[in-house]
Amino acid sequence: MFRTPQSKATVWLPKLVVAPSFFLSLLFIYGLMAWNGYLSFTASRILPNYEFIGLANYEALWVNERFHVAMRNLAVFGVLFIGGSMALGVLLAILLDQKIRAEGVLRTIYLYPMAISFIVTGTAWKWMLNPGMGLEHLMHQWGFETFSFGWLVDPQMAIYCVVIAGIWQCAGFVMALFLAALRGIDESIIKAAQVDGASLPRIYWSIILPSLGPVFFSTFIVVSHLAIKSFDLVMALTAGGPGFATDLPATFMYAHAFTRGQIGLGAASAMVMLAVVAAIVVPYLYSELRSKR
Amino acid sequence: MTIRLSIHRIVLWTLLLVFALWFLAPLYVMLVTSLKDAEQLRAGNLLSLPTDPTLYAWFKAWGSACTGVQCEGLQPFFWNSVQMVVPAVLISTFIGALNGYVLSKWRFRGSELLFAFMLFGVFMPMQVVLLPMSQVLGWLGLASSIWGLILVHVLAGIPTTTLFFRNYYVGLPDELIKAAQLDGATFWQIFWLIVVPLSTPIIVVTLIWQFTNIWNDFLYGVVFSDSGSMPITVGLNNLANTSGVVKEYNVVMAAALIAALPTLIIYIVAGKFFLRGLTAGAVKG
Repeated sequence: MFRTPQSKATVWLPKLVVAPSFFLSLLFIYGLMAWNGYLSFTASRILPNYEFIGLANYEALWVNERFHVAMRNLAVFGVLFIGGSMALGVLLAILLDQKIRAEGVLRTIYLYPMAISFIVTGTAWKWMLNPGMGLEHLMHQWGFETFSFGWLVDPQMAIYCVVIAGIWQCAGFVMALFLAALRGIDESIIKAAQVDGASLPRIYWSIILPSLGPVFFSTFIVVSHLAIKSFDLVMALTAGGPGFATDLPATFMYAHAFTRGQIGLGAASAMVMLAVVAAIVVPYLYSELRSKR
Repeated sequence: MTIRLSIHRIVLWTLLLVFALWFLAPLYVMLVTSLKDAEQLRAGNLLSLPTDPTLYAWFKAWGSACTGVQCEGLQPFFWNSVQMVVPAVLISTFIGALNGYVLSKWRFRGSELLFAFMLFGVFMPMQVVLLPMSQVLGWLGLASSIWGLILVHVLAGIPTTTLFFRNYYVGLPDELIKAAQLDGATFWQIFWLIVVPLSTPIIVVTLIWQFTNIWNDFLYGVVFSDSGSMPITVGLNNLANTSGVVKEYNVVMAAALIAALPTLIIYIVAGKFFLRGLTAGAVKG
């Protein structure tokens, strides 16, 4: 940037300073990624071995019932979690944007789940959704004797418990992003539309939200990569169960690579996760960095 | 007009308060449950206040609850987490500041491209590095050690901290650096005497962000540690899944609160900075 005649040191010193950490972190990201990619083509079981077996692990994944469940769950969880967090987050942001007196307090309340670990969240929701002692017990005590809520132990429904806890954790995050964006909107637009007789919900729906396209886009990217990487929440809430009914690719990978001695298969499933994240994030990063030029 | 307006307000406030209750419910449930003993747990329900509040569950969760075969409570894991978090946060923040300084004020050919490649590290699923990394940690003699966890957290955190500082330093006027250079200030003098003193807000944001993330991490903890180096999130998960004769939910809830308290306190004290970290992490470029 500064090509003023300086001592030679200023030319190479900045590069030298960042070189070690750049080298190590790029090695960490891409070197290990490539290594993992190689492992996914090998016959590794409990220990890594480097006998090359081509696409056999990917073929095994393709016909693996448990991996199918994990990918199906990712689709269900992804759509509901992303959609739910975004819808609730946008709603909360709009509600808070109405010149609320206690905005600071309410915002703190909506956002605090983001500050705590998914393990804590999962542990708390596990207790609340527990059929014996939790919500069901509460409703019985309140006189609703026939109320039953066994989603957490129902293989068909348990994934929705993960969705509920996930939305609870992340909706405030979406709210924070949108609230910041709403604050950037010129108030005179709202005033003008009000003068024209448009109702407030209508103004938001047809004028303000459409103008927030870029925020929707970047929020979507962030929330969706959270969805694909979801691991802690499932581990704490259901540990993938009942059976493997709530497995996601991340828990599938962990189980096979670290507890079931199927390193090759685990590495292959990690590559599938990487491919899904890259498909979403790479175009985003590309467009973000280009537009800055 | 005024009546219509107040109906609006009532609907608005009802919605706001209902959502506030929904967000607070788990925290409330954790708190009241953690203050009950087994007797009150049976007699009451999720929402009922403890009739005779006791810290029994808190003491047990801290010092004597079983986490697998060990029965020392969360205490050892809490200190493991502290020993892991402090160096990891400080090192990754310092490296991020240096990288951000160079990437914004000392750009060189290819530095933007390197940054772009690094940014992918913010998003990538860490599952792809777990298997090779456990091998690397083994070679370095750091397998299942707190130092191994620190190394992983620093490496995994550099892309984020670099991003934070770079975006902040782009906003510092270039003239400042140029003027100092003309006065003969060196690379390091400019960094320590001009840039760092102007960095307080972003340093706080990054420290809080890294602290929260590393304290709350579970994935690296569960993969790269053993019973001697386990962080608190793994300890909590083991405690919650250790099946005794009777499941002591009051102890589990107290343990969950102990694990949540450090980040929760920082959030309450410095929420503004946490918020800035969230938005800084989401809006790139």
